[in-house]
Amino acid sequence: MTQTPNTAARRAMRTPGLLLGVVLTVAMIAAALAAPWIAPFDPNEQDVLAILAAPDATHLLGADAFGRDVLSRILWGARISLYVGFLSTLAGVVAGTTVGVVAGYYGGLVDRIVVAATDVLLSFPQLIMGLLLVAVLGASIGNLVLAIAVTAAPAFIRMARGSTLAMRERDFVDACRSLGYSDLRIMFFHILPNILDELVVMASLWLASAIRTESTLAFIGLSVPPPTATWGGIVRDGFDNLLDGPWLALFPSLAILVVMIGLNLIGDGLRDATDPKGAQ
Amino acid sequence: MIRFVIKRLLLAIPTLWAVLTTVFLLVRVVPGDPTIVILGDQASAAARAELREKLGLAKPILAQYVDFMGQILTGDLGRSLATNRPIVDDVAAVLPYTIELTIASLIVGAVIGIPLGVWAAQSRDGFADWFARLFSLAGVSFPAFVSAILLLIVFAVELRWFPVISAPRTDALSERLAALVLPSLNLGLLMVAYVTRVTRSGMLKALGEDYTRTARSKGLAQRTIVWRHAFPNVLVPVVTVVGLYLGVLIGNAVLTEIVFNRPGIGKLIVTALNQRDYTLLQGLMVVSAFAIVVANILTDLTYGLVDPRVKTP
Repeated sequence: MTQTPNTAARRAMRTPGLLLGVVLTVAMIAAALAAPWIAPFDPNEQDVLAILAAPDATHLLGADAFGRDVLSRILWGARISLYVGFLSTLAGVVAGTTVGVVAGYYGGLVDRIVVAATDVLLSFPQLIMGLLLVAVLGASIGNLVLAIAVTAAPAFIRMARGSTLAMRERDFVDACRSLGYSDLRIMFFHILPNILDELVVMASLWLASAIRTESTLAFIGLSVPPPTATWGGIVRDGFDNLLDGPWLALFPSLAILVVMIGLNLIGDGLRDATDPKGAQ
Repeated sequence: MIRFVIKRLLLAIPTLWAVLTTVFLLVRVVPGDPTIVILGDQASAAARAELREKLGLAKPILAQYVDFMGQILTGDLGRSLATNRPIVDDVAAVLPYTIELTIASLIVGAVIGIPLGVWAAQSRDGFADWFARLFSLAGVSFPAFVSAILLLIVFAVELRWFPVISAPRTDALSERLAALVLPSLNLGLLMVAYVTRVTRSGMLKALGEDYTRTARSKGLAQRTIVWRHAFPNVLVPVVTVVGLYLGVLIGNAVLTEIVFNRPGIGKLIVTALNQRDYTLLQGLMVVSAFAIVVANILTDLTYGLVDPRVKTP
């Protein structure tokens, strides 16, 4: 991980997958941000004449069982799904990295407790843990973010701790100590920047995972309450009318899929680009 | 080998204890009053007090903990709040369906993923490689409910090859298998992706080793080199990745069971959620955490089978 950003960037540019991933993801974020202007209808407006309408010139992607425009709901739903995904990943990364760096830097009893706790948290299926937390806390955006962040944090604790352990033995850390720098300064201004690229790669893959978890919870019925549109919830509405209009579940599913593929392409591309052993 | 097995089983005890403690704490320490969550915020104080008593929440937390652990040690998961049936019975009734689905999807993952990975490694950057990469990208990208719905739309709604509801109506083997095809394909897709990836990179490494060159220079057939000399080396990483992702598999089984309307642990979890059945939910958490611990033990034991060098943990 010690190569200059320049070679990594150049290698990244040569990866067509990474570029495609960026294009797909940016397009989806732009669509979500622009929803108030580009959505043809209000996402909750019910058109009784268009109930379960097939895609046509008015409702480009059809209308659901309440006569709500599916395209508008997907665009508005993107805002919630992406917002929860980004915020929960950020929270998980920040919390996990902080704990991991501190545990790795100090070692000893703190470290052992953190490692044991992480192992236990990792022995729960991610989805089931998220499910239980949201069920117990109640479904709201804040609780969703918290639950998904809790499922993401252990992986970042483990990674940040491992990398910090390796960094701690390096000469520059000794140099910092002999200059009399405080532990906090060494941890967050000298060690953290050196492990940041690994964290960014992992965060991009976890972002996909967080958005997937949110949409999954929404599909099960554990997200912001209806009628607010979220991707998983729109799929659920469509799934309940699968035999009357398969397209109702199809289009929001494709929206989720596009973001998943985009983020996974970015994650894989970044990993290959920052891996000194070269793309495997 | 027997010493290894016993040692591994003993090692699982502290993990299991920690996991059970976490379930206990999760359900109790989280902010908010569970009785409000269960009964809604309009409930009277008397009704809430009664529920507290029924849930055992009125006792001091340490006494609750002792009760909880004691119950589990005797194989009792308590009674469902909604139906008052023993939770163990409810779980036992649907567990075979979930196990059947998980094993079938593991088979799908191995049968498709291993050959695909081996094939891809032999033609690096060729057609097979790109195909395998696209396939595994799709596999990791699909949320389980999305792929399930797409399979359902294509094969059950449009083509009508399989039933829309994948719950076997009779016990006939043919019907059970027909009901298993789509769900296990759906659940297996993710496994295929992971297995293909590790098989491919493991094979690339093995095919570049000296012993592979030696085998080539001896004039051995390509098939012998690939399957007898290189392939055994990828078994350990494949077993590792399968074991590692069993947790994800269990999570995805929940979704697969919902979409295909199959009985199983996943459907039971959703029922518990919808009815706010706290005790059932807690029991199911215990069961799924237990399943993960067992899966980890099985993974470790499998290492001993696929790699003769592994004898001690």
